[in-house]
Amino acid sequence: MAAAATELAWTLPHAVAGTMVLSLNAYVLLGGADFGGGVWDLFARGKDRDAQRMLIADAIGPIWEANHVWLILVVVLLFSCFPKAFAHLATELHIPITVMLVGIVLRGSAFTFRTYDSKRDHVQRRWGRIFSVASLLTPVILGVCLGAVASGAVPIRSIESLRTVTFGERFIDPWARSPFPWAVGLLTLVLFAFLAASYLTVEATDDRMRTLFRRRAQQSQVVLLVLAMATLMIARAENPLLFQGLTQGRTALTMHAITAIAAATSLWALATRRFQVARLAAAAQASFILWGWAWTQYPWMLPPDRTITELAAPRITLEITLGMLAVGTMILLPSFVYLFRVFKTREGVE
Amino acid sequence: MTDLLFARSQMAMSLAFHIIFAVVGVGMPALMVIAEWRWLTSRDPLHLELAKRWAKGTAILFAVGAVSGTVLSFELGLLWPTFMEHAGAVIGMPFSLEGFAFFTEAIFLGIYLYGWKRISPRAHLAAGVVVAVSGALSGAFVVCANAWMNAPTGFRIVNDVVTDVDPVAAMFNAAAPSQIVHMTLASFAATGFAVAGIHAFALRRGTPHRAFHRAALQIALWVGLPAALVQPLAGDWSARSVAERQPMKLAAMEGHLKTGPAAFVIGGWPNLETLEHTGAIEIPGGLSFLLHGDSKAIVKGVDAFPPDERPPLAIVHLAFQIMIACGSVMAALSLWGGWRSWRRRRGHGVALPDDRRFLTAVVLAGPLGFIALEAGWTVTEVGRQPWIVQGIMRTADAVTPMPGLVVSFAVFTALYIGLAVAVVFLLWRQILKTGVSQTPLGLTSELPIPTPGSTASYPTP
Repeated sequence: MAAAATELAWTLPHAVAGTMVLSLNAYVLLGGADFGGGVWDLFARGKDRDAQRMLIADAIGPIWEANHVWLILVVVLLFSCFPKAFAHLATELHIPITVMLVGIVLRGSAFTFRTYDSKRDHVQRRWGRIFSVASLLTPVILGVCLGAVASGAVPIRSIESLRTVTFGERFIDPWARSPFPWAVGLLTLVLFAFLAASYLTVEATDDRMRTLFRRRAQQSQVVLLVLAMATLMIARAENPLLFQGLTQGRTALTMHAITAIAAATSLWALATRRFQVARLAAAAQASFILWGWAWTQYPWMLPPDRTITELAAPRITLEITLGMLAVGTMILLPSFVYLFRVFKTREGVE
Repeated sequence: MTDLLFARSQMAMSLAFHIIFAVVGVGMPALMVIAEWRWLTSRDPLHLELAKRWAKGTAILFAVGAVSGTVLSFELGLLWPTFMEHAGAVIGMPFSLEGFAFFTEAIFLGIYLYGWKRISPRAHLAAGVVVAVSGALSGAFVVCANAWMNAPTGFRIVNDVVTDVDPVAAMFNAAAPSQIVHMTLASFAATGFAVAGIHAFALRRGTPHRAFHRAALQIALWVGLPAALVQPLAGDWSARSVAERQPMKLAAMEGHLKTGPAAFVIGGWPNLETLEHTGAIEIPGGLSFLLHGDSKAIVKGVDAFPPDERPPLAIVHLAFQIMIACGSVMAALSLWGGWRSWRRRRGHGVALPDDRRFLTAVVLAGPLGFIALEAGWTVTEVGRQPWIVQGIMRTADAVTPMPGLVVSFAVFTALYIGLAVAVVFLLWRQILKTGVSQTPLGLTSELPIPTPGSTASYPTP
């Protein structure tokens, strides 16, 4: 009995934490690409820049709200199943989270305002500018928050040390002092842009667009690889423990290897214009980067010293949440399949 | 002002802002689905046009609701981390369910808005029904979580630690049923009246598209009037629930200052020193009768509670009075409308949309539902103070240690004022400039519903 109880005390929190990483993975692949689309909207240049923006708007339009809910799911799971971690992160990362929220609000509302504004004039172009700038800012801050947590810069402090800590040390240093969170922020941004460009090669309706976003995907892939290297370097210089987690152990290395294979596949598929393959490879690459991060900080939820199990809510809450997740998935999954079948397959187009 | 007051102000502002869009997200899908259903049964293109117009309004308002709701879910932690640390595991369940309901709503709203030409009319209508139902459900789930703060249950506190957590009991707390019914009715009444007000305005002013606005007014009244008619009963149920579980809040909202047989106090400004009202009309025994069916029944007054457990009396009483006043006018208007249409059926008088006096009343009553809604939430939230969880945790103990909250308060205030201005400006441009009064009906090109591949959604320089 006791052994079974101990086992459950391990299994349940890990099942919820795993679901959270899965949701975050969905958010990166779907919501991330929507942000990436906004980035390409900002960088739309040349004579056909309006056609580029239209392609992006049509790709994002029907799905961005549903894609956005993945983030809400992560937050809700965090505060109901790991309430202490949520309270802690919301306190210490108050400033970047606030900036990120402003970005989320502006991105979503400006996009909708632009879509439904009935006049085509400077006002509508201003919505477009707000939408694209917010699409650029938000992923960076999201990455900064994740990077700060991963590097162990947001530890739970003892009550004694809280008395002596200054405002700057507590609320600013965790995300602003080291370049590592910012490297992760840039990495997130470029990853989202890369995903968007890869998807858009498939969704483009004419060859010129396809070629354009193929080039964008290739360029952002190269930048992504450079940034990934730079992030590793910074980790090695700043945070040897984190670097060790990133580079040692068979699982970590296997994940890096798979990420590298996915990156190579994406480059090859783009070069040979196999766009469906390139889209899949891009999604795989992004997913393995995310799971690589999750594995690096495992078993810590708040590195350097709080584990997933320690921070978990009472067993009954975890059980009920997992039960609801199972039932909810049975409703949501078919709905999502339907949504994407209606809008992301060619058959439906009139 | 202290950080606590800024945190409370920011939360109040975020909620007051979000609630408008949340309510519209419950009410508008019902309107657009009814319009589409009438199109499918009558094949009158007027109703299709109406469904598309309303869908467009829904899209704009839903997006703002979605992002401002995201802000709130983070703000629970940004402003009240201690509350979430202790309450998260207890009331996470309705929030998770809300997450799923919201997910379903967002998916099918996407299908509804962009799928006019991609799926069959029946499937399209069904998608709209899913949006309406999941919208109402997600509202109900969030209200469950709020009701728990008024009637906390499903846990025990031993040495400052929350134990024996029972999320199911917490979700189905005693305050939930009356609050859910009251709020759901409020959503339909507020949206129905606001939409009816807009179309009544157009009809009253004179418009070349009378048939269009008549159809719109009819559907809006069908949603708004019945809800407003039964709302006083739901309100009474809520008040009894408050009396049972939060006697302090009841005393504050009713302005019942001294323990004893309670008068029903209309208007007035409570004086805390003398425990007297200035300028109030009192119906002796009225409140005692409403609560207990006996005008002599003893009701706890404000004086029964220590000063550090009292909410700001004047605000709560005033807000309550505003809500009651708005609700009464709306219910009276519903009675009038019902009586008029009953007489019309028997061959007397004119149809409602042709009655200028009735139209004037509908225009004037247009904003009342939303005013009542804001006032009602002020009663619920301010009336619970100084507690964040009634009798368990004080708001002052839940607030974040983060200093300088004036900055985030200023940021979100500016953001929401900007958004509010933008939304009003946008709807104005939509409805008044290019829409309702000037474009001939049937020219849908003037009213672009963006579909993938269309050029309608993006500006050309």
